[in-house]
Amino acid sequence: MSAPQAPSLARRAAAAAAVLAALLFVPVVAGTYQTQLLTYGLTLGIAALGFNLLLGYSGLLSFGHSAFFGAGAYAVALMMRYLGVTSMELFILGGIAFSAVLAALFGVVCVRHTRIFFAILTLALSQVLWTLAYKFFWITGGTDGLRVPFSKLTLLGGQVAFPGADAFAKFITAYYYYVLAAFCVCVALMWLIVHSPFGKTLQAIRDNETRARFLGVRIWRYRWLAFLVSGIFTGVAGSLWVPLNGLTTPDVLYWPQSGKIVFFAVLGGFRNFTGPIVGAVIFNYLEVYAVAVTEYWQITLGVILIALVTFLPSGVVGSAARLSARLKRRREASP
Amino acid sequence: MEILVIQVLNSLFYAAVLFLIAAGLSLIFGVMGIVNMAHGSFYALGAYVTAWSAAAAAGVMPPAALFIFLPLGAIAVAVIGLAIEPTLIRPFYRRPEEYQLLVTFGLLLVLEDAIRLVWGGTPRTASGLVDSLGLLQIGGLPYPVYNLAMIGVGIAAALGLWAFVYRTRFGVLLRATAQDRRMAAALGIDVGRIYSLAFGLGCFMAGLAGAIVVPSQAAVLGMGVEVIVLSFVVVVIGGLGSLEGALVGALIVSALRTITIQFWEEIELAALYLIAAIVLLILPTGLFGKKA
Repeated sequence: MSAPQAPSLARRAAAAAAVLAALLFVPVVAGTYQTQLLTYGLTLGIAALGFNLLLGYSGLLSFGHSAFFGAGAYAVALMMRYLGVTSMELFILGGIAFSAVLAALFGVVCVRHTRIFFAILTLALSQVLWTLAYKFFWITGGTDGLRVPFSKLTLLGGQVAFPGADAFAKFITAYYYYVLAAFCVCVALMWLIVHSPFGKTLQAIRDNETRARFLGVRIWRYRWLAFLVSGIFTGVAGSLWVPLNGLTTPDVLYWPQSGKIVFFAVLGGFRNFTGPIVGAVIFNYLEVYAVAVTEYWQITLGVILIALVTFLPSGVVGSAARLSARLKRRREASP
Repeated sequence: MEILVIQVLNSLFYAAVLFLIAAGLSLIFGVMGIVNMAHGSFYALGAYVTAWSAAAAAGVMPPAALFIFLPLGAIAVAVIGLAIEPTLIRPFYRRPEEYQLLVTFGLLLVLEDAIRLVWGGTPRTASGLVDSLGLLQIGGLPYPVYNLAMIGVGIAAALGLWAFVYRTRFGVLLRATAQDRRMAAALGIDVGRIYSLAFGLGCFMAGLAGAIVVPSQAAVLGMGVEVIVLSFVVVVIGGLGSLEGALVGALIVSALRTITIQFWEEIELAALYLIAAIVLLILPTGLFGKKA
């Protein structure tokens, strides 16, 4: 992380405000479909944000984050089906509770290991959930999944509902702003977390575990907390994602979904706060358009991933930052 | 009683397949330290190549001669592996593990779709091979001789691999490179060639596993993605990088799978994944793994 001339806080805040202002106008200028796509991108961005607390800031590569994303999604679907809940706020709380319990349990097991063993452990545990969702079909609907129709959903404590057949466009617009608000809260929270003493300690452990231990840092406890927070963020993303998708199937718990979340972070650049968010949004467009253009979209994504890790290991955002720094230095060098 | 014998045989057949895949995975990890996420796709590739070539030749060759396509399928996969290692994998040996995992994950995406591109979405079988060997009566219940033959192939592969790694000159070079890459290079061993051959050998074993499976069950899309997590379970129980571990792990996993399918089908895979997690928790290096 060699960024001696990192932009000042004021400049970052100004940039964030400009991006937010642009995002606020998207439903006004873009059609329903584009708004819907960006809403998907924002929910995935929250998942990437949570994931990157582990990979980028703690140096732990989880190949099991589909578990938390799926936990958030299934929490919503199960609450709607069995408890008759319709309020999105309650769904989010349920998603947080479900993914927090899960992350707390998985975390106890996983944080004892690092590197490849951490990756395999998270992978194995997440696949336990996948097989349960897949096999206990009388509860989870099996491969058919569970439906979460937007027409049954209410926002803001029941004040906003979407009855009627032509409510889809209205739902997308309202839900876009809802997700955008949640997204802003998540980004702000995560920014505070990674810049807090807690976040700095995680980075210290990542960079030199032995030294951190000598300084008296309780490594496992910090890693466990990071795991918990990471799981909750990804769970919230899953809860927000499911009404948009209208359906949750065991596929969101299957391990290639975890691979996608890793892909977000690498695409944007995980040594960077904004990288994974940008990566998630770009990935969403890439996937949607690759699927639209060709039946063989996996090959397209695979080639892009291989090219990225081979030639652009710091991701889109990291490479862009490096490029702009180089241009700036050249401008300063020549009078 | 007959049921028990048949279940034990089924379990051994499955163990033979799992061992071939997991041994290749473990060999590649042991020698170059790479966890190959695309390993399951090489297994699927072996199944498809074998089914396709056996079906193409079924009209012109006697059924017994079709068995030549089992090793040929495996060799085809090994050739693909030999081409992939120097081009795709080699730049990543010195990079952090997350990049190694990611490049093989990218390879998995490419291979899965390449299979779909070449062979389409319809399942492919080579069941003629099973029929050509006929059935054996075990206490009045018919059992395919093919499965018994393939248990034999599994045992032969395990013995052959052991002899190859522990009794040949190449095996010595392989183990030397696995233990200390720089020292091996300093002593004049062509490390690059050893890596390529180890990767090719690992792919050969995965391809062979696919080849021996496809006559008894169809090659379908996603079979590689499905099997890779299970082979992780095998190597985690046995110990990453250990061939003995792959053997014992395969026997344990397939026995557990047979038992859970018999008594409580719903928890089959969940039980296996949980056991892998517990083993990693108590014995991080598995039953046979070396201490890191």
